[in-house]
This record gives sequence, C-alpha cells and structure tokens, in this order.
Amino acid sequence: MKKIEAVIRPAKLEEVKEALNKFNINGITVSQVMGCGLQKGRKEYIRGVEVTMNLLPKIKIEIVTDERRLNDVLNIITEVSRTGEVGDGKIFVHDIEEAIRIRTGERGESAL
Amino acid sequence: MKLKLLSLSVSLLTILSLSSAVYAADSSPVNTGDTSFMFVSTILVFLMTPGLALFYGGMVRKKNVLGTMLHSFTIMGLISIQWILIGYTIAFGPDAFGGLLGNFSFAGFAGVGVDPSSYAGTIPHELFAMYQMMFAIITPALITGAFAERIKFPVFLIFTLAWSTLVYDPLAHWVWGSGGWLSKLGALDFAGGTVVHISSGISGLVACIMIGKRKGHGKVPMAPHNIPFVLIGAALLWFGWFGFNGGSALAMNGLAISAFVTTNTAAAAALLSWVIIEWMQHGKPTLLGAATGAVVGLVAITPAAGFVGIVPAIIIGLAVSPICYFAISVIKSKFGYDDALDAFGCHGIGGIWGAIATGLFADRSINSYARYNGLFVGGGFTQLGIQIFTVIVTIVFAAGMSFLILKAISLFTSLRVTEKEEEDGLDISQHGEDAYPQFSVQETFNII
Repeated sequence: MKKIEAVIRPAKLEEVKEALNKFNINGITVSQVMGCGLQKGRKEYIRGVEVTMNLLPKIKIEIVTDERRLNDVLNIITEVSRTGEVGDGKIFVHDIEEAIRIRTGERGESAL
Repeated sequence: MKLKLLSLSVSLLTILSLSSAVYAADSSPVNTGDTSFMFVSTILVFLMTPGLALFYGGMVRKKNVLGTMLHSFTIMGLISIQWILIGYTIAFGPDAFGGLLGNFSFAGFAGVGVDPSSYAGTIPHELFAMYQMMFAIITPALITGAFAERIKFPVFLIFTLAWSTLVYDPLAHWVWGSGGWLSKLGALDFAGGTVVHISSGISGLVACIMIGKRKGHGKVPMAPHNIPFVLIGAALLWFGWFGFNGGSALAMNGLAISAFVTTNTAAAAALLSWVIIEWMQHGKPTLLGAATGAVVGLVAITPAAGFVGIVPAIIIGLAVSPICYFAISVIKSKFGYDDALDAFGCHGIGGIWGAIATGLFADRSINSYARYNGLFVGGGFTQLGIQIFTVIVTIVFAAGMSFLILKAISLFTSLRVTEKEEEDGLDISQHGEDAYPQFSVQETFNII
C-alpha cells in the first residue's frame, strides 16, 4: 500500500476530486495548509508599503491506495492539477505498513 | 391592553403639550430647528468612535482586534465622565489664565443648564457641551492607532486620561474657548484640524516612538485581518463627519449646509486621488486605499469646512491623498517608526495640510468669522501665517506634553506588554478574550 500526499492549488480541489471519483478512488483526506516552494509567496501593498506574504494557502490531499493503481492515481492528480505556472504544488509517495477499517476490523488492502 | 396603551399615550401627549406650553411661556431664545439639528449632529459624532473601533479593529492582526476596539470603546466611558467633571470647564469655562485655560465654574456641568450659552445662542448650553464631548471622545481614540498591538492596557488608560486633561482640553480652550489665545489671534479651525487631528496625530507619533516598534516589525507581515471591517468603519466615520463638520456651524443654517457640501466633496476627491496613486504605483486599486483616502479627505477638510468654497474643497481633497500616501509609504519607511495604523500619517499629516489649506482658501464671503481672506482669495499671507503659527504651536505643545506624560508613566511601569504577551496577542494576554475562537489552528497561519 502507498500513501499519496499531494499539495495542490485550492482552486484545483474540485476537479481532482471529480477525476479521482471517476477512477473509483473514494477515500480521500483533505486539509487546508499554508506553504511555499518556488512560488515564494506574493506581494501586497498596504497604504503603499510593500508586504510579502511568504506562505500561501494550499490544499493537501492524502490518499492511500494499492500499488496496482498508484501510477494511474499519480497521473490523474498531476494532469488535473497542472496549470504550468509556479505554484502548482508537489506530490509525495510514502509506504504504508498497515490499514484498518475501524468499523469491521478488516486489515490490509480490503480496509481501503 | 389597547385601552391602556391609548390612555398611556394620551397622558404622554398631555405631559408633552404641557411642557411645550411651559416652554413657550418663558421667552427662551432656544430655537427648536437648531436644537434638533445639533442633537442629531451630536449623535452623529458619537457614532464616529464605534466607527473608528471598526476602522482600526479591521486593520490589526486578528489576535489584537478586541484590544484595539476596546481602546476606542473604553474612551467613550472614560472621557464621557472626565468631560463632565473637569474637561468641559477647562476647555469652555470662562477664561481664567489669560487665554490658557477655562476656570472651574462649569466643573461637573455646574451651571451649564438648558438655557443657551454665549457659544451657541439658540441651543441649550448642555447640548453644546454634549456636542463638544463627542469631539473630546474621538480625539484620544484616534491616537490609539499609533500604539496599537503592544501598549499595556492600564498605561493606555492613564495616558488617555492625562492626555485629554492636559492636552486636548487646554488646546480646545486656546482655539475654541471664549478668550482662548489662539482664537484671539485669529486662528481658523472650523471643526478640529488642529485641536483634533494634528494634536492626536503628533501625539501618536511621539507615543509610537517612545513605546517602540511591534515585535517583528518590518520582518513578519502585519496585514490587516479584516478589510470589510475597515470599510464599515470608514463609512461610519464619513457619515458621522457630516455632524462633525456640519454641526460645527452650531445652528441649522447656510453655513452648516456649506460645510456639509465641502465635507462630502473633499472626501470624494481624496478617495479618488488615493485610488489613482495606488493604481499608478502598484497596478492595483485597493479597498483599504479607498477607505483611507476618504478618511484623509475628511481630515483635511475639517478645519476648512466652514471657511472655503466647493472648488477649494476639491483641491484640498485631491491633494491630501498624495501627501499622506507619501508620508506613509516613504517617510515612515525611511525613519522606521512603527505608527501601526497610521494615526500620524493620516490625522497628523492630513490635519497639517488642512490647517495650512485653510490659510490658502479661507473666504470671508462664506464665513465672516474669518478676519482675512486666504492667500488664493486675495487676502495675502496674513491668514496663512496665522495658520502655520497655530500648526507649530499645536505640534510643539502636543508633542511635548505627550512626551512628558509617557515619561512620567514610564517611571512607574513599562509602557508595553511583555514579549510573550505580545506574541499571544493583546486579546488573550490583556483581556482573556478571543475574537474568533471557532477558527482552526491551521488558519492562524494565515495571519501570523
């Protein structure tokens, strides 16, 4: 099992959710995060005084999937979230040791 | 039930008609039109201080919004009482020390009463005193923008009380009180350019320098946490300002309407000119800029409102925004003082421009209280000179007294909260209240 951790633009959340849903990925966890990468924040002017906002709001999606579908999921998220501008985000993949469905006690891939 | 209500209203009517009969019987010169107008003007100016609480509250970070709003709101309590007990008599009591102070005969509003006074011959004296109270309330509230986000609450209370008594009240006497030395000199300040705006702005500058910068100033972003609040505040200020400037005619007459027109005109012109500069400089017009522009326009027209015509009002408004914008974006950055919400940049600088502009555009055909026409109305340099002198006197007096008051307080306690308290925010550390408790931990990253 693998966990996909994708940090994306907030505006892309709905499209990503919809694409994953079509691919029968039903379990996702979404959180609001702040972050910066190459984009380096943005400038605002407050009464003419420059203020740099270093951290920008992003959305983090976490999905745990079996390894057979991993590449497809990664492709979907990459394609849908891409605008080609800096600030599109990043995806990280982790190994997952175990998964348990709390309701039934099922373990492993059947718990996903 | 209905019958009861009916009999109640009948008896109320009887009381009302009886009292008006009593009223008509004595030959009081109270004019009901003027009195109604001044009553409405008074409550309009009253509303400006809660408006200022919103204006300032929106501009601070979310951890300081309650502390900032409480500054303005507390002053409504504190100065209402101070004004009745000693403030009014120092400012408007019969002159006692050669134009420096009023004597204490009106202490506790003694002898103020409902008959008209020499200040306003057609309205009850108490109404005039209440109208002036609202000015005495908002003026120290303006200062709080300079030292926002780091002052200790008890220090703020003592400073405000001392400042009102030792700076505002005497200054109001000099400019507006009977026998005040600046008014005898011919200084023109229709609704408070010097007494209200320059005095508070300069004192804010002194206070923010003495108290020191906010922790992280210039390093961490300190963006306004709620610009919609700022807009509501600015709108309430603008609305209330019609009473502030229009009411300064002290009667419902042509002068009041003339001041009403110049007030709105200058605010409108300044709003536009601020937005235009911003647009030119950084490519985007902002709401904070539009709100700020309107307020500095109102500041600038305040001393001139009842002395100038409409075209000068447009010029005063158009010019004030570039002046204040320059002061805030260039001078403030260059010298590095932390005037958190630009009390000095807006009220100090805008007030100085307004007071000087009064010397440029004062027109005796609009208000013959002015002894000379302004420079551009063919009156030569006399009025301009008086105005500049008054500005300098106000700056020196307000700055010096503010320095002394804060120096005296600092002998007993530190002026600012501890570093830890500042990090936690004044809301939690000074007041044990949280404005937005439902917000998640993650959102606190939004505005650090």
